[in-house]
Amino acid sequence: MSSTGTIGQVGRRHYLTSIARSVISFLFSLIITFIGLTAVTFLISKMTNIDPVLALVGDKATKEVYDLAYKALGLDQPIWVQYGIYLKRLLSADFGVSVLTGQPVLTDLIRVFPATFELATIATVIGVLLGVPAGVIAGACKGRWPDHVIRVVGLFGYSVPVFWLGLVGLFFFYGKLGWVSGTGRLDVFYNGVVTTRTGIILIDSALEGNWEIFANAFGHLILPASILAYYSLAYIARMTRSFMIDQLSQEYIIAARIKGNSYWGAVWRHAFPNIMVPLITVIGLSYASLLEGSVLAETVFAWPGLGLYITRAMFNSDMNAVLGGTIVVGTVFIGVNLISDLLYRVFDPRLRTS
Amino acid sequence: MSEAPASRRQAILGNTYRAVRTILVNPAALAGLLIVVVLVLAAVFAPWLAMGQTPLRPDLANRLAAPSSLHWFGTDELGRDIYARTLFGARVTLTIVALVSVVVVPIGLAVGTVAGYFGGWIDTVLMRITDIFLAFPKLILALAFAAALGPGIENAVIAIALTAWPAYARIARSETMTIARSDFIQATVLQGASTWRILFRHIVPLCLSSVIVRLTLDMAGIILTAAGLGFLGLGAQPPTAEWGAMVSAGRDVILDQWWVATIPGLAIFIVSLGFNLLGDGLRDVFDPKST
Repeated sequence: MSSTGTIGQVGRRHYLTSIARSVISFLFSLIITFIGLTAVTFLISKMTNIDPVLALVGDKATKEVYDLAYKALGLDQPIWVQYGIYLKRLLSADFGVSVLTGQPVLTDLIRVFPATFELATIATVIGVLLGVPAGVIAGACKGRWPDHVIRVVGLFGYSVPVFWLGLVGLFFFYGKLGWVSGTGRLDVFYNGVVTTRTGIILIDSALEGNWEIFANAFGHLILPASILAYYSLAYIARMTRSFMIDQLSQEYIIAARIKGNSYWGAVWRHAFPNIMVPLITVIGLSYASLLEGSVLAETVFAWPGLGLYITRAMFNSDMNAVLGGTIVVGTVFIGVNLISDLLYRVFDPRLRTS
Repeated sequence: MSEAPASRRQAILGNTYRAVRTILVNPAALAGLLIVVVLVLAAVFAPWLAMGQTPLRPDLANRLAAPSSLHWFGTDELGRDIYARTLFGARVTLTIVALVSVVVVPIGLAVGTVAGYFGGWIDTVLMRITDIFLAFPKLILALAFAAALGPGIENAVIAIALTAWPAYARIARSETMTIARSDFIQATVLQGASTWRILFRHIVPLCLSSVIVRLTLDMAGIILTAAGLGFLGLGAQPPTAEWGAMVSAGRDVILDQWWVATIPGLAIFIVSLGFNLLGDGLRDVFDPKST
């Protein structure tokens, strides 16, 4: 017993150091990628032909005021100093003021983020609940009709433009059938009835026990969420299928079958637990891409989230808001990517026992 | 008939034959190939196929007309023929796809082969940069670029290319690392070939097949991003017939005149589906282990 105890301790220490190493490399990647992202947004802000000084002082300002503002913004400095100033401002969470709303960009972003978060989360939940079983079945029935059906469904998901599917969905389910509500998050006369606590209407209305609003919000949410879920389903099912095929070709499956497991017993009890770890990464990636990729869906459904905010800002030449939004979305995207990568390393049992 | 080819030409012909046969016996890949061929034909012969209709001439007396024998797909909000506009839209789509490929493949190959061949700190630095671009949110970044540079096809192409090249650098690097270790490269080094000659004459051609497979699979994504930018008003500018922008124009009338938005959207869908099917088929040919 004592010898197994020592081995266990050594394994544990090894596990902890490997986790520590993962965390350090995680932070390093985060910093490097963040610097890269800000460098790119900085360059974009330099490329645009919108004069930041004029945006600040207005076109009626005198030459002196203009020059003063020019100096105050640090535009007379060399470009790397300007980048330093820019980075320092970002790190103190100062994205500037939105020309369009007259508020700090950060305040705006905090206000609109819950809408995107709500949509992406519900979509991912639907995508996982349907995509994972679909992928497992496709992998287990490789080459037979369930596999072909799921493959075609997935391929359609890879090929259909989200903004078009949204429009056609609105046409059928709202216009023709009347099963769902139209664009926006709520019907107009429900706006502002529920106090904003989390910004997620489903939660806010449930907290107040206002089920009428809950139902209305759900009616608005379900179509855009299902459409985004389709994309995440296509991706998750494809990846699950290939993980599954990989596992089912291993010898331990044959061993499990010899011991008397049914085929599907071996699939779900023996192969499935082994694909859960790589699946975390896949689900994380898909979630991150929904958080950023719902720009088009939000435009179609007039969903007042990050994507719609950035798009509106873009059409009003509100570069502070565009770049602030890009950085926030980019950081969330990078963060979710890296966290799922980290989780992968933490949960991989091979790192614990080796 | 022996397995080993006797000459270079025989090897090339044999490989081509095997590739074509694999594509032709795979109905999905064949369908994809057909769609792509039809797209190219539609783009090339658009003025002749348009049956006397033009994509740009407005006819306000006939706006939002339903599909008929005169206007096969109906007319849009300015009375322009949607059939002709869809045909001419194929040109815009092909142009964007071609331009993105022309920009992305050389950049990806250059970064990837150099990183893979030289290794060491060059590899580390180049791959770090690649990873940074790979971690970017693609559509948002493309949006920000298009917003800063102003809307238009060229800027849409630049925006898409900037977010698309890292995948090719990764592929080219991993291919190069395998190739660079093989004996024939050592033999070429001993014969006194310069590094650049080895890279361009021996390594790049061998990376091309993987890159082309990846490019075909990426085409659908490129088309969808381009259409998305067009839908938001950041792609081709009016009055150019671009599918994404056409869907956007049909947005307000979707409940009453469904054809205005539906038909260009179907075109985008079918063309992306074609490239996806073809790409899957090509992958089966060139990289049988990954299926």
